[in-house]
Amino acid sequence: MFGSAIIVFREVLEAAIIIGIVSAATRGVAGRTRWLIAGLLAGLIGSGIVAASTDAIASFASGVGQELFNAIVLGLAVLMLAWHNVWMASHGAELAKKARTVAANISEGRSECSILMVVVGLAVLREGSETVLFLYGIAASEGSSARTMLFGGLIGMLAGVAVGYSLYAGLLRIPMRWFFAATGALVLLLAAGMASTAAHFLIQADLIPALASPLWDSSSALPENGLLGILLHSLIGYDARPAGMQVIFYVAVLAVISLGMKLAAKPRKSI
Amino acid sequence: MKNIFSFSLFLFAAALTPVASSAADADYNLVIKDHRFQPAELIVPAGKKIKMSIENKDATAEEFESHSLNREKLVAGNGTAIIYIGPLAPGRYEFFGEFNKETAQGVIIAK
Repeated sequence: MFGSAIIVFREVLEAAIIIGIVSAATRGVAGRTRWLIAGLLAGLIGSGIVAASTDAIASFASGVGQELFNAIVLGLAVLMLAWHNVWMASHGAELAKKARTVAANISEGRSECSILMVVVGLAVLREGSETVLFLYGIAASEGSSARTMLFGGLIGMLAGVAVGYSLYAGLLRIPMRWFFAATGALVLLLAAGMASTAAHFLIQADLIPALASPLWDSSSALPENGLLGILLHSLIGYDARPAGMQVIFYVAVLAVISLGMKLAAKPRKSI
Repeated sequence: MKNIFSFSLFLFAAALTPVASSAADADYNLVIKDHRFQPAELIVPAGKKIKMSIENKDATAEEFESHSLNREKLVAGNGTAIIYIGPLAPGRYEFFGEFNKETAQGVIIAK
């Protein structure tokens, strides 16, 4: 039961952290909750479909379809998060001002909300499909342990959601002056971490060179499967044994998004 | 935005790159049966990139995972997956099936 709780916790946590940060980052945007739920539902349905077609996806592109699929999903999420941050850089000041007043909504949040929906959907899709497969495997196996393991899965899921929600609630307590700077920085690191993971999948599929593998090994100091390691992996893309190419992807995405934010923030009009 | 655009183009191009290999020409083959790896010990050359196929003969999915190899890969029930590892430094690299950790254990030894 404990084992299954941990597995489900890990998958759910990653999605929950992404959802927590992105929800906080879009604070004050009109109709946000509806879009968030739409993204969540789309992601859940999608993960069922992905789980059911695991073998078809895997055999695509000569056996590395799964890596390609993951890399593309992550790449899309990185693009969306990049767009979010650039958009925020040009509208953030306005949002911060409005969020202090009672009528916290602004009208032009439509495109921003669809981004929120897609990011949430992609996060749930990627992490959810593994959870579905795992739980399905348990449910399919006969025996008395199946029920306790499923119960463990439920505990893990609730714990993951709780951490994501705490992160969200904690972020909302940040004073408005720093709020959008803080969530912007978190989204930036989230995107860079996803880019590094995408590179990891492409290396695993032998589509790009690893360069140095690994570039360093910090697994004895901060193991990636420990609680702190898991948290840092989800938050900032921590990898205990990264390949050189992963670090290049990480730094490149960090630099490009920061540049985009800087450029968008200067002219007070729009991008 | 231009750089982000070219990054996405790159990802897209990577997606379309034909991979001219399949399970048949894998260097090593692992089989999962009754939630166990066969062979449970695999000796591979060090300093060389290795293509490995993992065939799952169980009805339920398994996730091949190794912290020391930094690899994680789902293998569908009655499915086969391809994974690339290395080049490895000489040493022992433990792996396991995340969904059935008690029984699915194995080790790759690079020499």
